[in-house]
Amino acid sequence: MKWILQETIALTMRSVRRLSRERISMVFGLIQPMLFWLILFGNLFQKTAQIPNYISFLTGGVVAMTVLNSGLSGGVDLLFDKESGFLERLLSAPISRNSLIYSRFIFVMGITSAQILMILLVAYILFGVYPLSGLAGLAFILVVGLFFGLGLIAISMTLAFAIKGHGNFFALMGFLTLPLIFLSSALVPVQYMPGWMGFLAQFNPMTYAVDAVRSIILGGWLWTDILKLLAILLVFDVVSIWASSRVFLRQLG
Amino acid sequence: MQTHKPSASKASDRPAGREGEAPSGYAGGGGDASPYKRMKAIEIRHLKKTFNEKTVLENLTLDVEEGEVFGMLGPNGAGKTTTIRTILTLLKPSEGQVKVWGHDVETQPREVRQVLGYVPQEKAVDRFLTGREHLTLVADLYHLGKTEARKRIREVLELVDLTQKADDLVNSYSGGMKKKLDIACGLIPDPKVLVLDEPTLGLDVESRIRIWEYIRRLQHAGLTTLMTTNYLDEADQLCDRIAILDRGRLVALGTPEGLKKGLGGDRVTIQFGPQQDRLEELAGSLRKELPFVNEIKVSPASHELEIRVTSNEEALAPLIQAIHQHRHPILAIQYSRPTLEDVFITYTGHKIKEDSALL
Ligand SMILES: Nc1ncnc2c1ncn2[C@@H]1O[C@H](COP(=O)(O)OP(=O)(O)OP(=O)(O)O)[C@@H](O)[C@H]1O
Ligand SMILES: [Mg+2]
Repeated sequence: MKWILQETIALTMRSVRRLSRERISMVFGLIQPMLFWLILFGNLFQKTAQIPNYISFLTGGVVAMTVLNSGLSGGVDLLFDKESGFLERLLSAPISRNSLIYSRFIFVMGITSAQILMILLVAYILFGVYPLSGLAGLAFILVVGLFFGLGLIAISMTLAFAIKGHGNFFALMGFLTLPLIFLSSALVPVQYMPGWMGFLAQFNPMTYAVDAVRSIILGGWLWTDILKLLAILLVFDVVSIWASSRVFLRQLG
Repeated sequence: MQTHKPSASKASDRPAGREGEAPSGYAGGGGDASPYKRMKAIEIRHLKKTFNEKTVLENLTLDVEEGEVFGMLGPNGAGKTTTIRTILTLLKPSEGQVKVWGHDVETQPREVRQVLGYVPQEKAVDRFLTGREHLTLVADLYHLGKTEARKRIREVLELVDLTQKADDLVNSYSGGMKKKLDIACGLIPDPKVLVLDEPTLGLDVESRIRIWEYIRRLQHAGLTTLMTTNYLDEADQLCDRIAILDRGRLVALGTPEGLKKGLGGDRVTIQFGPQQDRLEELAGSLRKELPFVNEIKVSPASHELEIRVTSNEEALAPLIQAIHQHRHPILAIQYSRPTLEDVFITYTGHKIKEDSALL
């Protein structure tokens, strides 16, 4: 147990150090969702959308999109480690395989939480978007992000392990991301969607993450709703972690 | 404590004395081993490995004894890295059994990894970390305490001569420096068995010789080393025993001296003029007359006799005299001791690679 802690901290610190040396990618990673979605997309559709405060509405979607992006790229470092042979070095040490996974979760969720806070801050400063549920709501938004992110990171790491070559990995991620965004309530409420899209959106965990964040921002404390949504996300986590660990163990064997 | 190996020439003088804690578990320290029997550092039994139907290792059986430097040689694709990765628990054997320090790689992988230090074939470094950060990471992964880690890191940096560059990003290292950092990482855990996959590939001559010296020094302190190499001179000078692998099979095993002797003695190649057509006859008489001749191979096409002799150069004078008496004028003579290269060619049928005699 003490060892797992030492291993996990060491591995997490490695990612932190790396990040501090890749400032450019960090800055762009932070700016991208805000600039593109919130400011450009939000302003563009403010007029046409039949939703009173579209930017407030969109903020929930942007938060979930950020989690989606970070989560799905959570396995990238693992992929590069695999290709550079560094993973071989890590796996040849007497560490628990779990430490590798925990450290990824901690690091990616840390970054993602920082991103979420930045988005909410910008949304507040530029557009006066403020969660009805107050500061405690902020904490709850992070919890939603965490619940959604866990499953995504698990999926991403599994794909990183199973897929040959980072070209394929990025192609698949690019292919997955936009449909996941458009087939969710991130940009438009489900009831405004064409029937079949709305139907598919029901099976997209993204929809539930968006709805949970949105409800906290726009609706205040609607406990039953929030808990129900969190429970759905939890099911998503359990399923993806279970599936991932199976693939993971097979690959390591 | 440490018993000596066949090629005692390497394990002479210089008393043991590694800084840090005294090596434990040697010579009878390991549980069920009797005090007179050394522990087997690595035991490989009937190992078979297949990747999607393709057999890469076939019925490999060999032991690495405690305290020796064991070398694996073989052409590219022979299965050296695969063997090593199996030992490191990174691959599962398809069949057979591998034990490291008495622990089975399949059932006790953590214990196995705990006693091994590994230097992979590919430079496994993260270019966004500094050298010291690498070593700190490895120290944590092997659960070293803070002060112990700091001490080890200082030692190994000194050892591979990277102290000056320790706080620079690996990005700015040369290829050889990255390799040295790799080796340093392998030494951090103070392993019982050090596993090196082509440790000196791409290093300059001076660094290679330094690395050899470390390995010998560590050997005196009780370290067991398993290494692969493509440099035959390296294997010859450094390794106590050598295994030659070819297409997944063990084709030769022994000390460098033993393997060379096994080829049947020194070789004298004698070239005759083209008018000579009675070489078979000559060979027959030489076999009869000269007791030190082991074997004669006649190549009528090139008018050559290839003669294996037991005694050393003393064989030369009587041999020439005998040929003279049979009135065969000699065009040229070549005398050679078998090298490890000859061993390699004999067992694998081809040269290891063009630049094998770099040093
Ligand atoms: N993961 C893998 N999947 C499929 N085949 C593999 C895999 N790893 C190795 N091989 C094959 O196994 C054989 C032995 O490879 P290995 O890396 O063990 O050779 P080697 O002796 O280390 O060669 P080299 O001197 O080039 O390092 C090769 O034919 C290689 O193509
Ligand atoms: Mg190899």
